Amino acid sequence: MREIFWLIPLIPAVSTLILAVFGEKLPKKYISFQACGAVFISFLISLYSFLGLLKISPEEYPVVKNLFTWIHSGNFKADLSFQFDPLTAVMALVVTAVGFLIHVYSIGYMSEDRSYSRFFTLMNLFTFSMLILVMASNLVLMFVGWEGVGFCSYMLIGFWFEKHSAANAGKKAFIVNRIGDAGFLIGMLFILVHIGSTDFININSAVASGSLSHGLVTLIAILLFVGATGKSAQIPLYVWLPDAMEGPTPVSALIHAATMVTAGVYMVARMNILYTTSETAGSIVAIIGAVTAVYAGTMALTQNDIKRVLAYSTISQIGYMFIGCGVGAYAAGIFHLYTHAFFKSLLFLAAGSVMHALSGELDMRKMGGLKKYMPHTYPAFLIGAIAIAGVPFLSGFFSKDAILTAAFAQGQYLVWILGILGAVLTAFYMFRLIFLTFHGKERIEPEVKKHIHESPPVMTVPLSLLAFFSVIAGYIGLPVVLGKNVNWFDRFLAPIMHKGHEAHLGIGTEWFLIVISVTVALTGIFIAYVFYLKKPSVPHTLVRRFPFLYKLLTNKYYVDEAYDYVFVRPTLKGSEFVYDKFDLNVIDGAVNGTASGTGFFGKILGFLQTGFIKDYALAFLLGAIILLGLLIF
Amino acid sequence: MIPTYYFLILSAVLFVMGTVGFLIKKDLITQFMCVEVMLNAANLAFIAFARSASSLDGQIIVFFIITVAAAEAAVGLAIILLVYRQKKSIRTEDSSLMKG
Repeated sequence: MREIFWLIPLIPAVSTLILAVFGEKLPKKYISFQACGAVFISFLISLYSFLGLLKISPEEYPVVKNLFTWIHSGNFKADLSFQFDPLTAVMALVVTAVGFLIHVYSIGYMSEDRSYSRFFTLMNLFTFSMLILVMASNLVLMFVGWEGVGFCSYMLIGFWFEKHSAANAGKKAFIVNRIGDAGFLIGMLFILVHIGSTDFININSAVASGSLSHGLVTLIAILLFVGATGKSAQIPLYVWLPDAMEGPTPVSALIHAATMVTAGVYMVARMNILYTTSETAGSIVAIIGAVTAVYAGTMALTQNDIKRVLAYSTISQIGYMFIGCGVGAYAAGIFHLYTHAFFKSLLFLAAGSVMHALSGELDMRKMGGLKKYMPHTYPAFLIGAIAIAGVPFLSGFFSKDAILTAAFAQGQYLVWILGILGAVLTAFYMFRLIFLTFHGKERIEPEVKKHIHESPPVMTVPLSLLAFFSVIAGYIGLPVVLGKNVNWFDRFLAPIMHKGHEAHLGIGTEWFLIVISVTVALTGIFIAYVFYLKKPSVPHTLVRRFPFLYKLLTNKYYVDEAYDYVFVRPTLKGSEFVYDKFDLNVIDGAVNGTASGTGFFGKILGFLQTGFIKDYALAFLLGAIILLGLLIF
Repeated sequence: MIPTYYFLILSAVLFVMGTVGFLIKKDLITQFMCVEVMLNAANLAFIAFARSASSLDGQIIVFFIITVAAAEAAVGLAIILLVYRQKKSIRTEDSSLMKG
């Protein structure tokens, strides 16, 4: 295979540079063309490299291209080098394909925005950073991408920074991510100290040879996972993602649904040997994922903001991916990442289309009956919802089923039950969203209703393409019950995934699991149908019956308030105290003291400066005599 | 032949005269001439040593000193002229702008 894959991240980088320098002066048409074109070329190269990868034998994985030595200091060495293997191929294809469609959609969505070029500069910068993240062949370079996407996320959440809430949401995302990053960094340093290299190849061989103690592997795996919980919005660091919806909708689709938030899953899959070696770490990943999946699902139930429902749903779905990784079914986790990228970005873009039609309205209580106004958006949204709910024959069904089956096969029954529970919730809140938005009677405000319109083709065509992929994407990973070798995706990723103990289920059990997951999905949809179409009074009765539970859910379990009380306020108070006492007195005192001390000594020495030539001459003479005296005696 | 120390005594006398003159006179021109006397005292010492050591080095240095002295005279006189224009006086106690 010709090694041109290192060009994949480079092309968006070049485009970013051009847009960053000249963007303000370029016409909008050209900006859109260049930004989308760059991502599309990256996609073509990814596709080419992927086809090349299929031709070579699995023993040659990963293909590494070392560009140059980046850091070399003592024993520590980090290269600017990229690698290409099945996992990278999947990620690069998802990032560039979904990224390209969202770039195109943004042309329509952002067309009226003042900061058009800034938006596309940041989107391209994000694509570049994300590709660095997934293609890096060592942890240090991966960390560069990891931080790069965090920075772009911060810039794009706060894109409309004149809005106070958007600026705050950006800060929140950045700070919460830093907490996770600290864990990642410490884990990386442990690897550096004990293995001496951060190249994935060396880490794999070092852990495989057993040169690290079991406890150390567990520690490193957990520290890295802390980083993943920050980036991928898992308990306890998920709080930033719902607020991140302050950003433009294409950003929510690309960064906060399809790609960046799944970086943690990618990282766990990339370091899979750690989580296979240490079963403790693996179980922690699975349990955190399962609890998050249910927990975020319950919070999505009562939200009225269309984008926030999708945000909680993203958190919940990433929980599923971690279940997959935690129980050793890395391929299933990545498979769900890949299908989720399609249907979740589809849902976000469709939600953006709804907002576009309703002059920026986000509240589902002010929607309803939109079906007849939006003939293109509605079917796309519906397909996305069916896919995520896990109805058979769409992509979400195959990937979610693969994860839950793996959890069951590994004997993690608690995780499996939580996963099933999460599936009911997913189906319910997605169809609640559909029914409230598109069906039922219209609750649109009269002023908004005058401007209601379907979105332009530049927005609906990407929607249709994503809907198409949401339907068919799952067919490369069919469940084992349909035949031994039908799961092409699993086989493709198998060479780089380290297997723990294998567990096989009987065909009967597998069918049983599939029937259960289909049943729960349909049950969820049915409950939503009863609640929001058939008998709209039921939700109100429930709210009256369980006011405490309802309040708990609408207030998101008061976690934001608790964090505010436990972490944010003491920090602010402490900072204020330090500012008041230490900064103003000690630091400023030291600085001002230095200045006034210098002035004081200057004044004293100033007396010697009489201004008369004679005094200087005398001093000169005396000095000369003293020097002469020293020389002679 | 006249012993070297004769010249050195003369040179020292001239140098001290120059120094003392520079310190006690209040007139910039006079002080300037005192500096010239000190320079020539040094020249005399160089010549005397060059003669006693039968080497040309000292004599060459004297040429340099004469050149520098000429340049210094040009600059020095220009400064004195400018001081006079500003202050209408060349007495040293009248110029003390650099007082700290």
